[in-house]
Amino acid sequence: MTALRRFLPGGSSWLTAYAFLYIGFLYLPVVFLPIFSINTSASPKFPLAGTTLQWYRDLPKTPALIDAAWNSLIVGVSAAVLATTFGILAARAITRYRFPGRRPIHGLIMAPLVLPEVIVAISMLLVMLQLGLSLSLFTVVLGHVLICIPYSMSVLTSGFEGFDRSIEEASADLGESAFGTFRRVTLPMVTPAIISSLLVSFTISLDDFIIAFFLTGTEATLPIYIWGQLRFAAKLPGVLALGTLLLVGSFVLLSIAEILRRRAARRTQFEGLLHA
Amino acid sequence: MLDRPMPDRHAPERTMIEIRSVTRSYGAFKALDDCSLAIREGEFFSLLGPSGCGKTTLLRMIAGFDNPTSGTIAVGGQEMVGVPANRRPTNMVFQSYAIFPHLNVEQNVAYGLKRLKLGPAEEKRRVDEVLAMVSLNGLGKRGAHELSGGQRQRVALARALVMRPKVLLLDEPLSALDKKLREQMQVELRRLQQAVGITFILVTHDQYEALAMSDRIAVMFGGRIAQIASPKEIYQRPVNRQVADFLGGMNFVKGEIVEEDGSSITVDTLGFGRITTEKPKVFDRSGGGTTLGIRPERLRVLWDSATAKHEVSGTVVERHYFGEITHLIVEIPGLEKPLSVTETNDFGADDIPVGAPIRLAYDRDALVAMAE
Repeated sequence: MTALRRFLPGGSSWLTAYAFLYIGFLYLPVVFLPIFSINTSASPKFPLAGTTLQWYRDLPKTPALIDAAWNSLIVGVSAAVLATTFGILAARAITRYRFPGRRPIHGLIMAPLVLPEVIVAISMLLVMLQLGLSLSLFTVVLGHVLICIPYSMSVLTSGFEGFDRSIEEASADLGESAFGTFRRVTLPMVTPAIISSLLVSFTISLDDFIIAFFLTGTEATLPIYIWGQLRFAAKLPGVLALGTLLLVGSFVLLSIAEILRRRAARRTQFEGLLHA
Repeated sequence: MLDRPMPDRHAPERTMIEIRSVTRSYGAFKALDDCSLAIREGEFFSLLGPSGCGKTTLLRMIAGFDNPTSGTIAVGGQEMVGVPANRRPTNMVFQSYAIFPHLNVEQNVAYGLKRLKLGPAEEKRRVDEVLAMVSLNGLGKRGAHELSGGQRQRVALARALVMRPKVLLLDEPLSALDKKLREQMQVELRRLQQAVGITFILVTHDQYEALAMSDRIAVMFGGRIAQIASPKEIYQRPVNRQVADFLGGMNFVKGEIVEEDGSSITVDTLGFGRITTEKPKVFDRSGGGTTLGIRPERLRVLWDSATAKHEVSGTVVERHYFGEITHLIVEIPGLEKPLSVTETNDFGADDIPVGAPIRLAYDRDALVAMAE
C-alpha cells in the first residue's frame, strides 16, 4: 500500500479501497470454505448453528475418499517426478546452449500454460484413444506431466540461469569426469530448484480437475471425488472439510517451493553478482 | 631416428610446455595465428596483451577447454591435443575464481583430491598444508559466500596447488582485486611460485603485473606473438612500436641512417645528434630514414649549471603532477613531437613553471631502434 500511495499521492484513499475490494472479491469465497466446514448444520448459511470438528473426524472413515486420496498421491508423485525430469533436461538446454529454434521451442514447452485446459484435455483424450490406451491413472499421469512441465520449467530455469560456466570447467580441471561434475557440482547447486519443481508439479497435479476428469477411467482422484459428492447435499460439510485440507496443503507446499526457488536462484547467481 | 640426440632429463632448463604453430580459427577470424613458444620448467611465464589478443584462448588450450584448429601443444613432453581437461597435468585459477558455492573452503580445496583416494588423514594433511601456504589457516570451515574477494582468490589458488600440477595456469587472477590487494598478491604469488617451483603461466593485460612477476613475457597482439623476452629486455628493447607503447610511454625520434653493419646502426637525429645503437633483426626503415625510441624516465632534468655528456634543450609546455613523480611535456626545436619526460619530485620537478626553458640529460644507449 505504501508503495502505491507514493506513486499516486492524490487518489490514495480510492486506490486503497479498490485494493481491499479486489482482494476481498478474490479471497472471500476461499475464507467461507473453512468457516462452513466447522458448521454443525449441513446447510451452508449464516449464522452458524454451532461449531464442530465432526466433519473432519468423519473424513478418514470414508473408504471411497481414502481411495481417491491414494490415487491422487500416486498420480501427483508420478507426474511431479516425470515433469521435473523432463523439466531439468529442457531447462538445462535452454539456459546453457545456444541453438537454432531455442526461443520457439521454449515457447512451445510453455504453451500449455495459456491453452484452454478443456481443449488440452479433449485433445489428449483423442490421442490416447487413437493410440489404443485404455483410460486409467496412467493416462491421467501423462496429462498431468504435460500441464506440469511449464511450471517445472519456469522454476528450474530461474535456478539454472546465471550458473557460472567456469564452475563446471573448474571441476573438470580438477580431474572430475563429465558425469562426476554433474553429480558433485551441477546437481547440488540446483537441488533446491529441483525440490521446488517437484512440489509445484505435485500441487498442480493434486488440484487439477479437468484433465483428470477426461483422462481417468474408473479410479477417481480427489477433485473428481469431491465433484461426485456435490450431488448429495448431506455430503457438503465433508466436501468443505476436505477442500479446506487441500487448500491448506497446497498453500504450504507452494510456499516451501517458492522459498526453495529463491534460495536456488541466489545460490547460482551469487558468483555472477560478484563480478557484475 | 637413432642418430637424433636424446633429450637430457637432468638438464637444468627442461622445456615444460612446447607450443608449435598453433592456430585457432572461428570461420574467417583467427583468434590465434601460428603461435609458437616454449616454456621452461619452473618458469614464471606471462602472456601479456590487450583484450582480444588471444592470450586467454591460448591458456584455455593448454588447460584443455579449447583445441587448436592446427598445431600442437605438449606438456612435459606429452602431446596434449585431444586429451580432455580432466586428464591433463595442469590446473587453473579462473578469472571468476569459480569457487563451488555449495562447499566450504576445505571441501573446495579437497575437491580434486577426492578422486585420488588418499585416505582421510593424508587428504587432511595436504589440505592443511596448502591452506597454510596461502595464509588461509583456520578458515577451512568458512562457507564460500562468507569470503572476501582476496580470500576467494586464495581458495582458488589452494584448490589448484593442492593437486601438485606440473603447470599452474592463472587467468587474470588479480583483475577483480583492488589496487593495494593486487600489489600485495603480486609479491605473494611470485614468492609462492619460487617456493613450490611449479611452472606458472599468467595471463594478464596489466603490463606492470607482468613486469613485476615474470621470468619471461610473451607480448601478444591480434592473435600473434610479437616478442618473447625477459621483462627488462621487453621494456628496454621492444621489438616494435606496438610493444613499446603497450609497456608504457615511449618518445619516438626520427633520423637518417648514416652507417650500418652486421650488429649496429648509426643514425643522425634531429635534437639528439648522431646515435649508434644495437641493430635489431627487424627495424623500421623508410627510405634512408628510421625511428629511434627513448623512454620518458631515461630523460633527466638538468638543474642550474649542471652539465651532462649528452643533453637536449627545449621549453616546458605542460606539467602533470602524479605524487611521487611529475610528468613534463617538453618542446625541442627541430623535433616533430614534444618529448614526454617523467622526473621524480625530490628536486622540485613539480615546481618547474610551464613555459620555462629546460635542459635534459640522456644516455646514448637509451635510444633504441625497433620495427614499425
